[in-house]
Amino acid sequence: MFAYLVRRLLATIPVMGVVALFVFSLLYIAPGDPAAVIAGDFATAQQIALIHQKLGLDEPFFVRFGHWLWAVLHGDLGISIFTNLPVTQLIGQRLEPTLALTLTTLVVTIVFAVPLGVIAAWKAGTWIDRLVMIVAVAGFSLPAFVLAYLLILAFSIKLDLLPVQGYVSFRDGFLPFIEHLILPSITLGLVYGALIARFTRASMLEVLSQDYIRTAQAKGLANDQVLLRHALKNAAVPIATVIGIGIALLISGVIVTETVFAIPGIGRLTVDAILRRDYPIIQGVVLLFSAAYVLVNLLVDVSYTLLDPRVRY
Amino acid sequence: MASIKRGLPRLAVAAVLAALLGAPAHAQTSGKTIKFIPQADLRVLDPIWTTAYITRNYGYMVYDTLFALDEHLHPQPEMVGSYKVSDDKLTYTFTLRDHLKFTDGMPVRSADCIASLARWMKRDALGQAMAQAVGEMKPVDDRTFSIVLKKPFPLLLDAIGKLSSNVPFIMPERVAKTDANTQITDPTGSGPFKFLKDEWVPGSKAVFVKNPDYVPRSEPPSWAAGGKVVKVDRVEWDYIPDPATAAAALNAGEVDWWEQLPPDLVPMLRRNQDVVVADTDPLGSVGVARFNSLLPPFNNVKMRQALLYIVNQTDIMTSVAGDPENWKACYSVYTCGTPMASDAGAAPLMGKPDPAKAKALIKEAGYNGERIVLLTATDQPSINAQANVVADEMRQIGLNVDLQAMDWGTLINRRASKAPIDKGGWNMFFTWFGGADMLNPSLNFPLNTVGEKGWFGWASDDKIVALREQWMQASDAAAQKQIATAIQEEAFSSVPFIPTGQFIMPTAFRKSLKGVVPAPVVFLWNVEKD
Amino acid sequence: MAAISADIVVRAPRRRWLRETVRRHPTVVAGSLILLAMVAMAIFAPYLGTVDPIAVAPVKRLRFPSELYWFGTDAYGRDVYSRTLYGARVSLQVGLGVALFATVFGLAIGLVTGFVRLADALLMRVMDGLMSVPPVLLAIALMALTKASLGNVIIAITISEVPRVARLVRGVVLSLREQPFVEAARAAGTPLLRTLWRHILPNTIAPVLVQATYICASAMITEAVLSFIGAGTPPQIPSWGNIMAEGRLYFEIRPYLIIFPGLFLSATVLAVNLVGDGLRDALDPRLARRM
Repeated sequence: MFAYLVRRLLATIPVMGVVALFVFSLLYIAPGDPAAVIAGDFATAQQIALIHQKLGLDEPFFVRFGHWLWAVLHGDLGISIFTNLPVTQLIGQRLEPTLALTLTTLVVTIVFAVPLGVIAAWKAGTWIDRLVMIVAVAGFSLPAFVLAYLLILAFSIKLDLLPVQGYVSFRDGFLPFIEHLILPSITLGLVYGALIARFTRASMLEVLSQDYIRTAQAKGLANDQVLLRHALKNAAVPIATVIGIGIALLISGVIVTETVFAIPGIGRLTVDAILRRDYPIIQGVVLLFSAAYVLVNLLVDVSYTLLDPRVRY
Repeated sequence: MASIKRGLPRLAVAAVLAALLGAPAHAQTSGKTIKFIPQADLRVLDPIWTTAYITRNYGYMVYDTLFALDEHLHPQPEMVGSYKVSDDKLTYTFTLRDHLKFTDGMPVRSADCIASLARWMKRDALGQAMAQAVGEMKPVDDRTFSIVLKKPFPLLLDAIGKLSSNVPFIMPERVAKTDANTQITDPTGSGPFKFLKDEWVPGSKAVFVKNPDYVPRSEPPSWAAGGKVVKVDRVEWDYIPDPATAAAALNAGEVDWWEQLPPDLVPMLRRNQDVVVADTDPLGSVGVARFNSLLPPFNNVKMRQALLYIVNQTDIMTSVAGDPENWKACYSVYTCGTPMASDAGAAPLMGKPDPAKAKALIKEAGYNGERIVLLTATDQPSINAQANVVADEMRQIGLNVDLQAMDWGTLINRRASKAPIDKGGWNMFFTWFGGADMLNPSLNFPLNTVGEKGWFGWASDDKIVALREQWMQASDAAAQKQIATAIQEEAFSSVPFIPTGQFIMPTAFRKSLKGVVPAPVVFLWNVEKD
Repeated sequence: MAAISADIVVRAPRRRWLRETVRRHPTVVAGSLILLAMVAMAIFAPYLGTVDPIAVAPVKRLRFPSELYWFGTDAYGRDVYSRTLYGARVSLQVGLGVALFATVFGLAIGLVTGFVRLADALLMRVMDGLMSVPPVLLAIALMALTKASLGNVIIAITISEVPRVARLVRGVVLSLREQPFVEAARAAGTPLLRTLWRHILPNTIAPVLVQATYICASAMITEAVLSFIGAGTPPQIPSWGNIMAEGRLYFEIRPYLIIFPGLFLSATVLAVNLVGDGLRDALDPRLARRM
């Protein structure tokens, strides 16, 4: 087990290395001269040259990559071009809303989508199954921002039930905190939930067609017992996998959701940075999201041992 | 009504959630906090380094000025208690009023004022003009200092009481000593508010609290002048980039004040009885179409003149501001409705569009289907609208228009390029100025036709430059007006830029706010909240 | 007479076949019909009562849908009906373009990595790295580097989709490589390229085709997202994402600016997904059970 963990951890190093190289290349090939931007509107050529030198912008690619990587490993992601603040500080300020949003969505989605998938599989071929699957495909096909606006129009503007925008920290009251997260979570969770529901149904169908389930049924075990004790347990591993892979969808969705609902999280930081070509922030955010993705999938892999006792490493 | 309507279902949701989660429902106490949606995101804390309006507005929160412009366009003493002008008009002596104190606890001294003015004079165009006249700035004592001129500079008080970017804010000497080309980040000032830098989240939020040590003047507020009495404890700037979300937030009462809204949303907000839509800016904003005078085809004056005949302010302004109550045509290079404005020389722009005349000029210019690159910023509706309409008008007379869309941040980088268009250069871009920045020849950026050293587009017209010098030396209003008119006539002939109309960016706030100061800049003093 | 009777004989089973298909796969049929309609709409947009989709007319801006302007007009007085119809071109170009390029490159990389060990070690590291960057984020980061154009959007989304195809193909290749018929071909001295062409490629077609439809669907959504946040196609191009991005400002007063293009986009993506599900069921029963 321990050896596996170490091996698995080591395997993430080349992946993150590639991401780091990619992220660094972003700034390297980015059009525009960061020195000119930093120097401001009225700078002379000499001042720009000076900043060039100071930032080491004239050195060869791999030397600069080395410096940059060294700094990143020491927790230094550079300075934002437009605000002059450290990128780590800007990201740090915005972690809480994004974590709150993604975790809420993750939990709520799994709580709804997995049972829906199980029911659909159990009632395969019936109208319940059809309905669940149609909703799932539709969920796949509705762009998040369209859904977001429809939700705001219905629940905030017409019905006046929920806040339109913003984020309230849980420290400022639990109820406003939850209220502000309901619509964003639905927006963010739909695609992800659709994916999980579809996959759960498929995994369950596969397991349900196995011989030992038939044996269990033949032995006279109650249906729900079969469903939960045997089938779901065996379908757990593929379901966990898709939960991990689906995190990518969640991250993509965060960018749109936070923009529409004016949530001051990392997703909006990303959009702002893209629009202003603030490359150090773009680098930091891509690095962070990729690391999060790799980490979640690492956790999922490790969780296999808990979900399925047959898996031994 | 809305609050009651809102309250009931909310309570129901609250009860259900509280029951579900077993958590006590906290009521969020807001106290005397104004939640304000600013026009842009505050990113730079140096109002001397940048001309961005949002940073200027931040400056008015945390800093104070020696003089300030009132609603009659007269500079009035603000930090200055009393001042003397020598008979030869060459020596100005200023004495600061009592109780001026920076937020770091230090008193405001003459040295602070001198250092602040010196730094401002390196960046600001009017400041640079003043620098040429200033011989010496010296402290007399801790609270008195004098400015000694080499030659008369009648605009001195107007300069140090300048309303819009760059405003000569007074900072502590240690901060003002920073090189003028390096951004400062220290928010220590002596203004009516204090900036909480720890709570600043660029891209989202900036927080100010009342400065308890600030002693306002006793006069009533008038534009930037008069008593800046802060009547709330805290002001939060919540930046919401999406106007639809911002509108909904104001409608729902989640914020108190939206600084600048797209005019198209006015009717909708007016329907809400708890919201006041007001036009607090008497000067409005002025649209500007700017040419790159260095590159063909607009290095040819005939090409620039041709566009005067097709640019249609009515079409442009309808797209920018919708309903005619929100805009008016303005055939002047100065802000219409102010003393220097007239329609002298504006005939080509004023009449009905004359495509035939434009085509003839284009032919004379020898234009041969070369690509013309227009830059537009899609995140700035009032800029994007100007660009789209003008691009269409240009296409219709057979110009080969390449409208390149980007965001404002990219545009301000792109417009700095003097390269040819196939190397990232450009031929035309659009922007707007607050009316306060177009009042007269000394303030007007695009009229500063000093060529490559000037504002983007680098128009060069020595005649205007000479007239501008004269204007700054003019002794009375009549002389000023005469020279200003001559400048305008020349400007409609050499066409460094084309004014595209004057429009209002309305502001909207909840009924619970009282005492908003009508001015070209949004100020947060004097505002009460029920 | 003979001709007529022959006609009847041939037609009857065909009609039955059609009815049978509709009954058995109603969703696939519906999806195909919607998709066909969209393609037809894109191709014949100029003949469907449209006007110039980029012609500005400020006087008639923000008109509500009416007999004259079926879907209303936008903030510049442009006809939303025309823009929406022409928008189908952009979305379909992006969807098909990305699906095609991602499949071709993904296939190539997958085939090579499945057979060449050195390439495998190198390329798959790169693919793993790219795959750990969420696709939309990768696409917008790439768009930040270039100027807005339809071609660049297609390239950026393709790059973010290639790793998934490569991975899929590589998996298929690895499992096929150990199959007796491939080993036999290799033992008989068949050149590598020929083995790939004759034995491996045909077996990857089915899963790749299914994957391609899903890529097509997600590419169309990604394009809309990119345009929506301002990092996509240039705004004068009437893409559905652009129409919605511009309509955002007016969404409380002119919701149709978001609703019409949103509806068309959702319907098209839904159609592609339904067709994809149908293809999957038809081509790959094993996969069908898994998904």
